[in-house]
Amino acid sequence: MLDGGRQEPMTTREIRLDIVRAVRIGLLGGIVFLYLTLVGLVGAFSERPLISGFISLGQTLLLLSMLGVGYVTARLIGSPSAKSAASQSRAILMSSLAGFLSGGILAMLVIVGQRIDVREVFVNATTELYQILTFGRGLPGVWLFPIVSGVAAGVSAATYRLPSKIRSPIVWGLAAIAFFGLFSSLFRTILTGISPGLSPFARLFFAPGEGLTPGGALVFLIFAAGAAASRRFGGQTRFANAVRSKVAARPRMRWLGYALLVLVALLLPQVSGPFLSQVLALVGLYVLMGLGLNITLGFAGLFDLGFVAFFAIGAYTLGLLTSYGPQGLVHIPFWLAAPIAMLLAMLGGLFLGMPVLGIRGDYLAIATLGFGEIARLLVGSDFLARWLGGSQGIIGIQKPCIGRLGSFLKPGVPQECSGIEFVGPQAMYYVILVGVLIAALVAWRLRDARLGRAWMAVREDEDVAQALGINLVGTKLLAYSLGAGFAGLSGAIFATLVGSIFDSSMQLFVSINVVSLLIVGGMGSLPGVIVGALFLIGLPELLREFSEYRLLFYGLALIVMMQTKPEGLWPSATIRRELHAGLEAPNEMDAASADSV
Amino acid sequence: MPLLAANRVTKSFGGLVAVSSLDLQLEELAIASIIGPNGAGKTTFFNCVAGFYPVDDGEISFDGHLIHHLRPDQIANLGISRTYQNIRLFANMTALENILVGLHGDLRSTWIGAVLRTPATRREEHTAHEEARRILRFVGLQGKGDFLAKNLAYGDQRRVEIARALATKPKLLLLDEPTAGMNPRETQEMMSFIRRLRDEIGITILLIEHQMRVVMGISEIITVLDYGVKIAEGSPRQIQGNPKVIEAYLGRGVTTAG
Repeated sequence: MLDGGRQEPMTTREIRLDIVRAVRIGLLGGIVFLYLTLVGLVGAFSERPLISGFISLGQTLLLLSMLGVGYVTARLIGSPSAKSAASQSRAILMSSLAGFLSGGILAMLVIVGQRIDVREVFVNATTELYQILTFGRGLPGVWLFPIVSGVAAGVSAATYRLPSKIRSPIVWGLAAIAFFGLFSSLFRTILTGISPGLSPFARLFFAPGEGLTPGGALVFLIFAAGAAASRRFGGQTRFANAVRSKVAARPRMRWLGYALLVLVALLLPQVSGPFLSQVLALVGLYVLMGLGLNITLGFAGLFDLGFVAFFAIGAYTLGLLTSYGPQGLVHIPFWLAAPIAMLLAMLGGLFLGMPVLGIRGDYLAIATLGFGEIARLLVGSDFLARWLGGSQGIIGIQKPCIGRLGSFLKPGVPQECSGIEFVGPQAMYYVILVGVLIAALVAWRLRDARLGRAWMAVREDEDVAQALGINLVGTKLLAYSLGAGFAGLSGAIFATLVGSIFDSSMQLFVSINVVSLLIVGGMGSLPGVIVGALFLIGLPELLREFSEYRLLFYGLALIVMMQTKPEGLWPSATIRRELHAGLEAPNEMDAASADSV
Repeated sequence: MPLLAANRVTKSFGGLVAVSSLDLQLEELAIASIIGPNGAGKTTFFNCVAGFYPVDDGEISFDGHLIHHLRPDQIANLGISRTYQNIRLFANMTALENILVGLHGDLRSTWIGAVLRTPATRREEHTAHEEARRILRFVGLQGKGDFLAKNLAYGDQRRVEIARALATKPKLLLLDEPTAGMNPRETQEMMSFIRRLRDEIGITILLIEHQMRVVMGISEIITVLDYGVKIAEGSPRQIQGNPKVIEAYLGRGVTTAG
């Protein structure tokens, strides 16, 4: 400890302080381990391999926690700038200690669990779990876990202390394995969907069932690490810079990128199979709703936790207008009914917006929360059951049809469609895509217009906005009703997609989902809505077997977002500058020259 | 006929009478001040004129309209604009966007026009941006249009606030302590700027001010409030010598001693 070159020799007091820190982190890590195992995550995830025959998802989870313990300890102990061997080894040693301790806590669980049956309280403390934690060796193997944990934490600390150009390829390589391993079946489906000829190729990387093949994992590791390394080392070469400046300078190049994106969006459901299309359709419906709420909440700052009410209005309107079931009223085609549903939802937005005009901030959230619940109770009530079907719902919703739609004959018999009928998520995906494009266009155009500025002003300071001649009533009601319109359209398409509509679909959770995806994606940002929906809706759908832990995932995602990236994954320009004030002062020269034009 | 006329305006909060039966007349193209000790009801009166507070009693007329029952946005569109004691810019919008919000009442495009991007809307947006830049130049902030309002220097923020108020094309501008927190040089600049507003654009100006040098320097008529009551009114010279004013500011003891 004394060979630290420029560094002062360690005092015993400092060493003691470090040990206290390491112990504290170790104990905290142990609590995290206990939580993960007892809540059942490790057990549930162990059934799914990450790399087939090598490591399961449950083990990955534990490993990640160990690495996390090492990382946190290494960050807290010794300044990262101190490069001396002494400070390095001290950090690694302390991290190992912390890892060992947290592992030890889990080992205690195994020892206690072997003697006393704790399953009455902790349902997930099964013998299978103990088998996982002792690497299948039973009680004699109980000491293995703390050691593995200590080593893993130490390795993690050592990696953290490496220079970033070595560290980042390692991290990216491992992240690539985790990513592709988690979504292996997805990629396999897409690969074979593009062309059945690719299926031997897919078998090379992806194990049958779930997970990667060991060879595939190696390939992904090397590729991702290589890419990260080349970015580090070769990112500044003349060629890379030339390409970058070309792309930046030429809008045509950018359009090429957009065109590629559109192509992917158009072809995705064709290659991804019915399950993934279902997920995509759901994500699309939430994107549509998100774009709507983005107007109300993101642009105008009006918190709305009852967004599901408008979704319900859209869905039920469409049901009543097109159903061939007992509840159907007029049997008009989808293309006519959807705009009507949207208009009615907009009216609903006006109607619900009026009583809450004077309410601000948190109070508004509570008031609108009530609206959502009222909507759910109303559509499920016996009072309206004669029209809306109560808990029986509305069934037999006619599919959209391009071509001639036959006339309605009698209840229970679908109308004949001579032409293209949109059946199933693979076809409905395109209807949703059109809806999303319309919503995005409207939101994008309005944001930069007079109305968008008025919304922003109302969000910033509504008294001042009013004193500048902005009619608050009109401005706010427009924000409510436009947002509601897209939620209504989303509901209408949802009803058609499913073919029936029930009150149980109108849960509070839908509203919370939409607000959360805005927060995660970035308030007020249009691409953020898509990113947020993919992350919060798409991801849990794809990991369906873990759906029990969906809320846990939500809570975690929101907390982590608020802590590390409060502006969202893809923030709007406004919010970015709000949170990082002063960093983005524009180039004065540019501003001046723009001004003189 | 005066441009602004307050007639027996009363406003109280609970038991506290903030403005009591106040009469005030303001001729067109005047520069007038309201002064008084802290809590005299000056800002409350501004808030009544701008429509932030409903008056309890009395009436306010502006340019031939009774305005005391109108909403702030209606009053703004009739031609009264204001600034605030503690600057209230839209902090996260750029200086130019702040001014564009001020132009809101002038623009006619509808949201449907904006979605369809009709030629009329595009034309209007274009002229609005030009106009906003022109106003920015007028207040001496050329080149700073793309700065976030909150990143501007204090004096510049005051200017943006006035620019935003000017964008509504007011006939009457209410300035609530426009030189608060300014150094002598900035104060001097602000005073000549206020004169320019009147002389070049023809805006009537009513200001609340604490700095006596400013008040005496640019006001043509001064109204003195104390505990919500008008205790004096007149030219700077008349006010300076008024014993009631001295009493309100310095306390009774000093007056009797002097």
